[in-house]
Amino acid sequence: MTASFLGQDYLEIRNLTVDFDGFKAVDGVDITLHQGRLHFLIGPNGAGKTTLVDALTGLVSGTGEATFRHHDLLSMRSHEIVRLGIGRTFQTASVFEQLSVLENLDIAAGLHRSALRSLRARRTVPEPVEQALDTIGLTALAHRPAGILAHGQKQWLEIGMLLVQDAQLMFLDETVAGMSGDERDETGELLKRIVADRTIVVIEHDMEFLRRYADFVTVMHTGTVLAEGSVADVQADQRVQEVYLGTATEAATHG
Amino acid sequence: MTSTATETSGPPDAAEPETSDEQPSKSLTPSLARRMSSYGSLVGIAILAFVLLVWAPSTLTSFRLGNLGRYCAMALASMGIGLAWGRGGMLVLGQGVFFGIGGYAMAMHMKLEAAGPGGVPDFMTLYGDGTMPGWWEPFRSGPFTVFAIIAMPAVVSFVLGYAILKRRVKGAYFAILTQAMAVAFSTLLVATITQTGGFNGLNSFSTFFGHNLFDPQVQKNVYRLAAGLVIVFLVILWQLYRSRYGELLLATRDGEERIRFLGYDPANVKLVAFMVAAVMASIGGALFVPIAGIISPLDVDASASIFLLAGVALGGRASLFGPVLGAIAVGYGRSTLSENFPTQWSYFLGALFILVVLLLPGGVASLWPMLRARWSSSSEPSRSSSTGDDAVESGDADRVAPAATS
Repeated sequence: MTASFLGQDYLEIRNLTVDFDGFKAVDGVDITLHQGRLHFLIGPNGAGKTTLVDALTGLVSGTGEATFRHHDLLSMRSHEIVRLGIGRTFQTASVFEQLSVLENLDIAAGLHRSALRSLRARRTVPEPVEQALDTIGLTALAHRPAGILAHGQKQWLEIGMLLVQDAQLMFLDETVAGMSGDERDETGELLKRIVADRTIVVIEHDMEFLRRYADFVTVMHTGTVLAEGSVADVQADQRVQEVYLGTATEAATHG
Repeated sequence: MTSTATETSGPPDAAEPETSDEQPSKSLTPSLARRMSSYGSLVGIAILAFVLLVWAPSTLTSFRLGNLGRYCAMALASMGIGLAWGRGGMLVLGQGVFFGIGGYAMAMHMKLEAAGPGGVPDFMTLYGDGTMPGWWEPFRSGPFTVFAIIAMPAVVSFVLGYAILKRRVKGAYFAILTQAMAVAFSTLLVATITQTGGFNGLNSFSTFFGHNLFDPQVQKNVYRLAAGLVIVFLVILWQLYRSRYGELLLATRDGEERIRFLGYDPANVKLVAFMVAAVMASIGGALFVPIAGIISPLDVDASASIFLLAGVALGGRASLFGPVLGAIAVGYGRSTLSENFPTQWSYFLGALFILVVLLLPGGVASLWPMLRARWSSSSEPSRSSSTGDDAVESGDADRVAPAATS
């Protein structure tokens, strides 16, 4: 499924606008997301980051164009978008707490399973599930209910679920928020491992995490794209400093 | 509970969260203990089969056996509610409709049997002009009636479920819609007296597929059919609950939006459970008729639907046995109490219902896993099985209780 695109996967967003009764939460955004890089999406609260992802995953309707593999995402429904190979996480971890880690992953792996086969009980662990367990480091906890996992482990399980559902484009909404320093590092390394043949978009507030792991940064402000580029480019941008790093800039100039 | 188990048991072979990285990976196939607990349900089904199919017919009087048969018929509907509500999170308050579809289909056939070839049911000459509506005609055929008892609820529940679930109607709105359906259905039956017997319903049958219903042996066999189908559907539900679909249905109940972002349409997942529940209610209704000897709007209206639900809530909506045992207990309580306290019996039942919902939200069935968890953590300090298995089992017990009421 991935091989046919040979690293050419990209999502092209043109003039995307989300209009909530006259309030434009996202206003004419152009972004191109390329495979193989960790693309960070940052901006102050209310900049429209999550709304942008909501529009791209069918949660809210938007106008404009968002083309992925010749499909216009804006005209598709959520589960169809997922079947196209696009997955997302939410700000609050939303694993199925009463199911085991393994069952969580197995359900994520099941979208291409036929109805008849799903009437049978699971006897063996599917290959992708076993791999994902290994990648996210939760093999030893496979049979434990997901509800007992630590916060960071739940977020990794979410990433694992995206892996087994074969998401080529992942939107991670504030995944490292609330994680300890070690968990952040492990998450960053995990993302670096899996990004090679995928496109990963990370919505994040943590500047330290951004500096260490971002390959490309898009800064949003009041629903528009303010600046784009490498971490260094964005940090040097005057406007970004004004709207987003305002206090930090002041501190820098005073100090 | 997990921490106490760790302290009191031997060295764990599956790791605690903090040491996960150092531990060797555990086999991913389900543990023996877990498989045993899954097949343990089959033993329970076998015991119930023995009680219903061997013990009861040889012990009970034909009056009591008939009552038990009625409870079995209602248990079929209740088991469907357990699937749709307990596992699927859909509070179905109108299962009386599907119970009624099956019941009336069967009653129409038996009415036509009683009227003889080419005959017209008695009430039509009594209340109408003695002509039979054309849509009665196919029910002269036994095979067609059996087909209709399964196909009609499937089609109706598909159309209704599709319309309701695809619009993402859930929670209280779903419950109100299904309840309104039951009210409308019974009102329609009362209003069409010349075609459906109206408020009196359909009664005074004589034969069941050619067998004389006054013959005690035939009565016993009809009972055996109802009880046997309870067992058959218990096995079907057992397989459904342990299948991947069962896991998916639970996940849909607990996180419908999340399921959407795993690429499933939750409406389809729930629609299957809703349709199976409808067909089960219809089969229950169809068996209720030859045993009770009557079906009337009172058996299918909103309060009848809630009675079905009450048994499920009492027994434990998400467990395999809860709905069956709850339905039989409520049916039994209803008869016994109404014999002894003709006017106050419904207060007793109401009070019991409130008590259970307040003290045991998971129903009486949730007592067993609770007791077992307490027993295994306190009385077996030197247990050799791993803590990992322990957690899995208690996880199974926990999941029986839905995260939140809908």
